[in-house]
Amino acid sequence: MKQGIYTIIENKPLTSDIFLMRLQGDTSPLTNPGQFINIAIEGMFLRRPISVCDYNEKEITIIYKVVGKGTEAMSKMAAGKNLDVLCGLGNGFNTERAGEKPVVVGGGVGVPPMYGVAKALIEKGKKVTAILGFNTEKEIFYKEEFEALGCDVKITTVDGSVGIKGFVTNALSQTEYTDYCACGPEPMLKALYNATDKPGQLSFEERMGCGFGACMGCSCKTVYGNKRICKEGPVLVSEEILWDKEASK
Amino acid sequence: MKDLKVNLSGWELDNPIIPASGTYGFGYEFADLYDINILGSFSFKGTTKEARFGNPTPRIAECYSGMINSVGLQNPGVEKVIAEELPKMRKVFCKKVVANVSGFSVDDYSYTVEKLNNEEDIGIFEVNISCPNVHNGGMAFGTSPENAALVTKACKAVTDKPVYIKLSPNVTDIVAIAKACEESGADGISMINTLLGMRIDLRTKKPVVANKMGGFSGPAIFPVALRMIYQVYEAVNIPIIGMGGVSTAEDVIEMMLAGATAVQVGAANLVNPYVCRDIINDLPRVMEKYKIEKLSDIIGGAH
Repeated sequence: MKQGIYTIIENKPLTSDIFLMRLQGDTSPLTNPGQFINIAIEGMFLRRPISVCDYNEKEITIIYKVVGKGTEAMSKMAAGKNLDVLCGLGNGFNTERAGEKPVVVGGGVGVPPMYGVAKALIEKGKKVTAILGFNTEKEIFYKEEFEALGCDVKITTVDGSVGIKGFVTNALSQTEYTDYCACGPEPMLKALYNATDKPGQLSFEERMGCGFGACMGCSCKTVYGNKRICKEGPVLVSEEILWDKEASK
Repeated sequence: MKDLKVNLSGWELDNPIIPASGTYGFGYEFADLYDINILGSFSFKGTTKEARFGNPTPRIAECYSGMINSVGLQNPGVEKVIAEELPKMRKVFCKKVVANVSGFSVDDYSYTVEKLNNEEDIGIFEVNISCPNVHNGGMAFGTSPENAALVTKACKAVTDKPVYIKLSPNVTDIVAIAKACEESGADGISMINTLLGMRIDLRTKKPVVANKMGGFSGPAIFPVALRMIYQVYEAVNIPIIGMGGVSTAEDVIEMMLAGATAVQVGAANLVNPYVCRDIINDLPRVMEKYKIEKLSDIIGGAH
């Protein structure tokens, strides 16, 4: 993890409440797709943890959803503004674990980190299927970008307005795959986990204090003991997940 | 050359800056970022007799100029702290530490203190009788002078190291509790713990943190902490480790003027992981600005 100043070079809406931001700065702390950055926002006490969608030697792309005051303030930031960022947080996905035909599954604002995962898997010569789940047509984003990577893209919508009607599990049952990588709301992750016996890597979301392992704000129980979503996560492997992650209460 | 040294019950610290318990783990997350041996010391993660997972998540809520946490004393238990955490800590920190301990009964407290008593790298004990995030204990001991006295006596009986009692601000008369600790043999007072607070999510219309309430910390509580330190300083003759919303070198000086001998930095570590380093580097400049040569000269200077 490194703290640094990053300059916004682009900040634009993809849908009514999903925004894409490109940041220029030191990307060397990033080692795996699925890691996140933690952004200081003026007027907010805590930083805002946002997953990395894509990065290269000098630029990071994040895609975020406006859900509260912090992300609303982010959505109004103009290019040229400098941000104080903690970069290279969390474990990310281990693409070494992937089989020959991995499927990446993203739900809603869980889609962005799966872009970086799909890109890394394709670079390794894997045949990647991307299942992207949304509520409805007007919420869909990044379909073309996944196609441009060379993924076989399957869209699901809850209302059936585009693609397969229903949830990502409805598309999974029509897919041939060796293993899966997923990010999305916890009910989606749980449904996926229950829908397959294949090995998976699942990225979890939790309210965080620090984002770098100091405060124990985002702890969960796993087969391998207590883990911090921000430090030993956000990605957990399927065999270690305890769905009652707070069994002690 | 400015003199930043302070003295806690015979233990000389290079400077008064001590990261607060629960915001600094056992030091090694921060040792990856900077040499933590520049610190005066640090207060390690609150340790209990048995391992604790803590409260359900979400445990964190944003507030204006602060945050709420309801972690609930997650720690691996004193045996594992001694066997696993302290050896890792020693690799990155060569000074003595503040050992923060918590309990759910008087016996719990004395058990944990006694277990840790032989650890040479412990400078003082900081006995937390003020955690707002656990039921049937924690803060319950910090809200009555009688119970505070019982815990103080029990801990003093099992260690020769200085015992500082960490007080809760969630009381009617913090001075009475500080006095009870002093009369029971406490070597110092550590104050303040977090203020019991709450946020409600307008979308779900339910409390943000799963435990409903939690400890409010951050710059917003600084004036409350300062006022209480000022009051307790007038009433006791033992040193005070001050904390509550400290995030700048100016805050440190203000808190020392109120009566603190050393100053802990808590929530600020979570937002700026380098804040303690920055404060230590900035202290000489701020001392120069306010014509202070020797930091220990200003303790209680506002009285």
